[in-house]
Amino acid sequence: MADTIPSTDAPVVIKAPSLLSMLWRDKLAFASATVLLIILAVAIIGPSALGDLATQQNLRGRNFPPFSLERGWVFFLGGDSLGRPMLARLIVAARSTILIALGTVLAAMAVGTTLGLIAGYMGRTVSEVIMRLADVIMSFPSLLIAVVVLYVLGPSIPHMILVLAITRIPIYLRTTRAEVLEIRERMFVQAAIVLGAGSLRIILRHILPIVMPTVITIATLDFAFVMLAESSLSFLGIGVQPPDITWGLMVSQGRPYLSTAWWLAFWPGLMIVLTALSLNLLSSWMRVALDPAQRWRLEARRTRDV
Amino acid sequence: MIKTIGQRTASSILSLFVLMVLVFFLSRLTGDPAVLFLPIDATEQMKEEFRRLHGLDRPILDQFWTYLGDLARMDFGESLRKARPALEVVLEAYTWTLPLALITITLVMAAAIVLGSLAAFKVGGFFDRMVSIISLIGASAPDFWIAIVGIVVFSIGLGWLPTSGVGTPLHWVLPVAVLFIRPFGLVVQVVRGSMLSALSAPYVKTARAKGVKNLPLIFVHTLRNGLLPVITVLGDQAAALLNGAVVVETIFGFPGIGKLMIDSILQRDFNVVMAAIMVTALAIFIMNILIDIAYGLLDPRIRY
Repeated sequence: MADTIPSTDAPVVIKAPSLLSMLWRDKLAFASATVLLIILAVAIIGPSALGDLATQQNLRGRNFPPFSLERGWVFFLGGDSLGRPMLARLIVAARSTILIALGTVLAAMAVGTTLGLIAGYMGRTVSEVIMRLADVIMSFPSLLIAVVVLYVLGPSIPHMILVLAITRIPIYLRTTRAEVLEIRERMFVQAAIVLGAGSLRIILRHILPIVMPTVITIATLDFAFVMLAESSLSFLGIGVQPPDITWGLMVSQGRPYLSTAWWLAFWPGLMIVLTALSLNLLSSWMRVALDPAQRWRLEARRTRDV
Repeated sequence: MIKTIGQRTASSILSLFVLMVLVFFLSRLTGDPAVLFLPIDATEQMKEEFRRLHGLDRPILDQFWTYLGDLARMDFGESLRKARPALEVVLEAYTWTLPLALITITLVMAAAIVLGSLAAFKVGGFFDRMVSIISLIGASAPDFWIAIVGIVVFSIGLGWLPTSGVGTPLHWVLPVAVLFIRPFGLVVQVVRGSMLSALSAPYVKTARAKGVKNLPLIFVHTLRNGLLPVITVLGDQAAALLNGAVVVETIFGFPGIGKLMIDSILQRDFNVVMAAIMVTALAIFIMNILIDIAYGLLDPRIRY
């Protein structure tokens, strides 16, 4: 008898597909991940492989129009106002753009999550102080922070990361705190307390693993946002300064030539759009894939998620 | 209600004060206006005189107390750049930013509610796809790049719209269109999500069973219940617009608060920066109270 009735406590074991095969099934997310990997690889390898190609000025190639192989493949996307090949410049700029965004997200995530864990787990006073601090950061004009840091510490990529990281901390802080407030009331945390686990152990071993998927999803989304913020600051002239170069700065340098050479501002902007688009698509996939409650949508073979 | 507003005001004034102190001292770290305002060959004596004239030679704490005293009399000081009261300069810029923000947010609200509801009604349909495409563009494309592409296509290429400045209604088209995209993308997703859950409520089934047509079903029966979370997000977006769209205003040469802010920061016009921050804070504060009132109107169950 027992064999004929599917028993509830021993369900048919379906081999859980790996993250990679789940990614392969969602073609859009897979394409995004591929694009991001290519950009990352180019950003890491590209600049050293190019040598000084990106800085070599050639006044005869000034504003050289794109889509022509006459001057070699590096000029396929055109030349800039000093006759430097756009393609090479884009590759060099990719490194600093990615570096700044990555550094910012990691720094803001580390500090914000730590403070959020503390604010959520510790008593009311600590929590209040941290939250008011977050309020002040959020209402402080980020342009002013940028100018202060730029003037007092000098323009450089690490300082740029500092400026952006300060403004992004509240996002991680608030999310983490909200989650911790809910998680710490759950039974397993109570059980851990009863068993005599210390605060540090509870936070790191019991609460952090549950908060992490949310934080990582936000970080992916935030990566795109930080990239846009950095490019806006660089565009306004209070971000990265030449000879350092990012995509945002390239758009700003191409702006005076809009009516004669559109490609100067167009390509770097397109690179920003492409990267941010991939990040957004990947992040919406991750939101489902990393959430145990929603994962079945991707695991179920023929179900298409809505 | 009155009590809530009172509490709100108290906590807002407190955080505004902290913000003011921070801005006052931090902005003075960024350098000496005398160097920026006087010609390069100005003598040390001329610089001294400039500093004394604007009270910049006194100890910084001393300057701060004077500033607080003046502020108590609603005196925000003078603008270094324009030699006019700072408050006047800020309010003038605000008469440009306010209509820009209002037009944009009204369009966002109307478009997001209509398209978002239709998208939720038929998930996976034409409107749904259109909505998700626009949302993705809004979340991924930097606004300065959209603005630049807009200028290249519509002003330089087709010659339909002016590239920058203000004056005719046509000057407003590109700035509003560029500012529209990101808030629309965000708000429409919220409308879609909240309408999806509102449409699955039992009373919708009842209405449908009674033979209510689709459009009244969406816009008369369900919409009001789906609007609450939308108002919250809409408020955040409106606050961002009231802060001034620095990048878009700079590109289109729009004389609003965002452009004033960046110009004043770059030229160390401290009094204008402070006045701009406070006027913006006031505008956002008023808007938040309006949103609370809107909550009460939409859902009579909410009491303060």
